[in-house]
Amino acid sequence: MKKVVRGFYSVAYSVKLCKPNVICAYPITPQTEIVENLAAMYANGELGDAEYITAESEFGAASILVGASAAGARVFTATCSQGLILMSEVLFNAAGMRLPIVLVNTNRALSAPLSIWNDHQDSMAMRDAGIMQVYVENNQEAHDMIPQAYKVAENKKVLLPFMVCMDGYKLTHAYEPVDLLEQEMVDSFLPPYEPAAYLTTEKPLAFGCYAPPHIYMEFRVAMQQAMERAKEVMLEVFKEWAEVSGRDWGGHITLDFPESKIFVVAMGSVVGLLRKVVEELKSEGLSVGLIKIRTFRPFPVEELREALKDAEKVIVLDRSVSFGYEGPVSIDLKSAIYGYSSAEIYSFAVGLGGRDMPKDFLAKIIRDVAEGKEKPGFAFKGHQEFEEVIP
Amino acid sequence: MKYFGSGHGACPGCGLPIAVKTVLNALDGKVFAVNSTGCLEIISSQYGKNAWGVPYIHSVFENAAAVAAGVEAALRAMKRKDEGHVVVFAGDGATADIGIGTLSGAFDRNHDILYICLDNEAYQNTGHQQSGLTPPGESTTTTPAGKLMPGKVGRKKDMISIAVAHGIPYVASSSVGYVSDIRRKVKKAVKFEGAKYIQIHSPCVTGWGIDGSMAIKVARLAVETGLYPLVEFEYGKLTSVRKIKDRKPVEEYLKLQRRFRHLFTHEKGREMIELLQKFADENAERYGLDLKKE
Repeated sequence: MKKVVRGFYSVAYSVKLCKPNVICAYPITPQTEIVENLAAMYANGELGDAEYITAESEFGAASILVGASAAGARVFTATCSQGLILMSEVLFNAAGMRLPIVLVNTNRALSAPLSIWNDHQDSMAMRDAGIMQVYVENNQEAHDMIPQAYKVAENKKVLLPFMVCMDGYKLTHAYEPVDLLEQEMVDSFLPPYEPAAYLTTEKPLAFGCYAPPHIYMEFRVAMQQAMERAKEVMLEVFKEWAEVSGRDWGGHITLDFPESKIFVVAMGSVVGLLRKVVEELKSEGLSVGLIKIRTFRPFPVEELREALKDAEKVIVLDRSVSFGYEGPVSIDLKSAIYGYSSAEIYSFAVGLGGRDMPKDFLAKIIRDVAEGKEKPGFAFKGHQEFEEVIP
Repeated sequence: MKYFGSGHGACPGCGLPIAVKTVLNALDGKVFAVNSTGCLEIISSQYGKNAWGVPYIHSVFENAAAVAAGVEAALRAMKRKDEGHVVVFAGDGATADIGIGTLSGAFDRNHDILYICLDNEAYQNTGHQQSGLTPPGESTTTTPAGKLMPGKVGRKKDMISIAVAHGIPYVASSSVGYVSDIRRKVKKAVKFEGAKYIQIHSPCVTGWGIDGSMAIKVARLAVETGLYPLVEFEYGKLTSVRKIKDRKPVEEYLKLQRRFRHLFTHEKGREMIELLQKFADENAERYGLDLKKE
């Protein structure tokens, strides 16, 4: 049933349909309304036997979910920004313990300076944790991604945390028409969680053992193998979702105008606007295509190699920076296509801390690259000129 | 399989296995053990050499209370509460320092868990660094006795009062020197629905600088001097105290341990001994430890 709802409701409603056993979170802007909606559902008895816990911090919330997930529960949390990096110690731990925790990150900038507005610096800080990361473009995709996230994370070939990344404010607070899922459909798509191993007195097992050098590395190799298997499992799940929901969001990447000479690569909500920009530039005769990266971890290496093999120029729009180098998406893309494409790479960090990225701004970046006005390499776009005061 | 097997790697005389076995036996092994990072975790949970005969989880250093809260919430949500008690085993540093945030959160929400703080009065796993529960005058590697300093300056954090202040149903202190006291308190604690806290004084032979054969004697002296009062609170009310007949001077406890040895030669040593005696006297007064002579 299509309804005009805000982004956080589209997430909360979908979480409810997935019937988690334990939901635990700590409020942080602009995530708060997701858990407020879930708290209201809990207060009204709409979450079945689920426990809803308000933790004392995001660190506590993530820790509670480690315990609950290890005990065999399906779990959910949402956070962003400072909250996500406060969780980070526990999230690295949860990935190592192979707990299929599903969380939503409402992407927000990191302090300092404090900013409640959107960029991707927070989730990029979790890049190496062993957590799957999918970036959604709109609230329907966010809504649809939750059941898929559980299905992938809980697959015994995977068993890793899954983070759905949606842009704070731009999606969370936006009203959009969303075709809300039906319970029966989600029930048939997502079976109840059957843990491969869990804490029970009937068969005592130990979770979180320590591993001396003779055995530690094997656990980490296994995580990488699980990530590689996740790529296949995701494609199966995405495909099944397209069949049962009638909405095909594509694979690890989506590709518009594959025969182009220039490609723009981006993740998240800006893709919607970029699609419009690229279509217009295309109609002006510019040979430009668009790549939306949906799955950032595991990284779509083969897909990008194939898509960019004949490209002449690639523009990567990063929403964060690895200070001292450049944007992380660009770094990963370069390493993925190295030896497979001779394209020049134009790496731009844009829209940090909620800096607006209007249509003309995006179009100008693409035109300037097409017309040879830009040099390959890294640059910020959209900031004001200023003189830095060195005290 | 024992609830806590003989394959653990604790030092002879270590208080930790004594406390853990007593707790697990008191609950007939119907336990979900949640362990913080620390000596107990290292001696018992190496991959392939797990010593636990009960379901066990260790996550990180400072989150055992929250992990336990999660286990408990999951058991509640999945109607599996009757499977067993959720019991935290955490060291003094994990409890009173780095993990006090998650501890306070779990107590505030009053999760149905039993939190056992194994108090050996320093970070012993990493080689004897001071924690919030290190007593004044103790020489640790981060509060060493030197020409200027007489060991740790400051108090031992009063975790019992902090636990009581949360309004949880049951709070107690106990000691490895009195295993029947541990057993009784554990059995009593789990009768209460909600969060329970038992702090167990547990000798560390390497950190304290004692021979393993002296561990129980030293643990008992901590109680007999009034430095480690064994008390019980129910819903914030003091309900029982282990009385002491002929309370001993604190020197008798201090002089047996390398961690306090400098106090008998250091310029400021006498001052620290007097301070420790003052704390013991205050404990005696506050809890009525002294058995009145007829």
